[in-house]
Amino acid sequence: MSDEVILLSTWPSMFGMRVQIALAEKGVEFEFREEDLTNKSQLLLEMNPIHKKIPVLIHNGKPVCESLVAVQYVEEFWKDKSPLLPSDPYQRAQARFWADYVDKKIYDAGRRIWATKGEDQEVAKKDFTDCLKVLEGALGDKPYFGGEEFGYVDVALVPFYSWFYAYETCGNFSIQAECPKFIAWAKRCMERESVAKSLPDPHKVYGFVLELKKRVGI
Amino acid sequence: MASVKLIGVSASPFVNRVQIALNLKSINYEFLQETFGAKSELLLKSNPVHKKVPVFIHDDKPICESLIIVQYIDELWTSGPSILPSDPYDRAIARFWGAYIDDKCFPSLVELRKAKGEEERLAAVDKLAAMLVLLEEYFINCSSTTGNGNFFGGDSIGYVDIALGCFLGWFKASEKLFDVKVLDIAKTPRLVEWAERFCSDDAVKNVIPETEKLMEFAKRNLMK
Repeated sequence: MSDEVILLSTWPSMFGMRVQIALAEKGVEFEFREEDLTNKSQLLLEMNPIHKKIPVLIHNGKPVCESLVAVQYVEEFWKDKSPLLPSDPYQRAQARFWADYVDKKIYDAGRRIWATKGEDQEVAKKDFTDCLKVLEGALGDKPYFGGEEFGYVDVALVPFYSWFYAYETCGNFSIQAECPKFIAWAKRCMERESVAKSLPDPHKVYGFVLELKKRVGI
Repeated sequence: MASVKLIGVSASPFVNRVQIALNLKSINYEFLQETFGAKSELLLKSNPVHKKVPVFIHDDKPICESLIIVQYIDELWTSGPSILPSDPYDRAIARFWGAYIDDKCFPSLVELRKAKGEEERLAAVDKLAAMLVLLEEYFINCSSTTGNGNFFGGDSIGYVDIALGCFLGWFKASEKLFDVKVLDIAKTPRLVEWAERFCSDDAVKNVIPETEKLMEFAKRNLMK
């Protein structure tokens, strides 16, 4: 019996991209269903009644919500291929810590760059680059956050790279200039097929952000 | 033998989570009590990113974030009872609820504490009630599928029990401090029973401070 794997998401969602990358790393075929968040599908509302948010991974009819929970599920169910988490419990704890840091900080800081202006935007840009610098510290001289192999933290973080052009253009600044090590890491990740095929064109994302700005009146 | 230390404050429900997990696994540890409001050198060195408790230090290696620590304890000490279930889907559901509790519970308790006036107080209580009603449903779901239905984890305390149960002391303290009902037998009867079972479990009973102590802590440190 073959698995039925569906991912409810939207093409610009960094959270959805995480799950796409994980599934691609594991070589799992899945159906990507684009949701219209202004008109959520019956399936989405049924599969995630509590948050009504994407992404939702549906495996043989059973939903898994919250992107990092879904990535860990993909990791544990398809455990025989391309492990994303190290086997050592301490290293696993470190990986979970940094993925949690990304969740706590990056989305909000990035959002504030395009959603604000003036002084607020300057603060947002500084907060954002400060967070990237903390992550650069955690990366150190390693090729990936987990060491030699692409893994969990890379999956959690790299989707935001597709939004960098939008952040830079809206904020009129260069992330490369502030955090060159981070950009080098991101480009390294983009060489992986799973990442390249899961991240949208940054120019397309910028177009989407312009729409969002119009909608919120910035 | 590797040293096992926990930097914490006994009034912190997040610290209590780690203590309960260690007790479930019968692990002895050294509790390094922080003074609320004056962070130690060790804490700042061990958790430079968030500068918060709990910090678990195993063999001089620090681990931060309570639910991450709980998972570490579960994965390392495999001879004790399992905290997370073994099936990947059940684990995903447990993690989902852990994340949900983290998202809703503490912020709502803070909102309740900071509320000015009846309306704000009731709004905060409503948020807690909404969260608990959903957890009651999940509990009933768990009970119908696993073991004797004593805990979210089945026959013994599990991940979601720990994630939620650590707040029971503060629920009681908040009820007395603000004259509200948080865990309401009319709305969530199964959780009320569960709460009693949880608090009297050997792994829990000396961990969560008594209501009077928490109220004192709140008056001294939080409500100025």
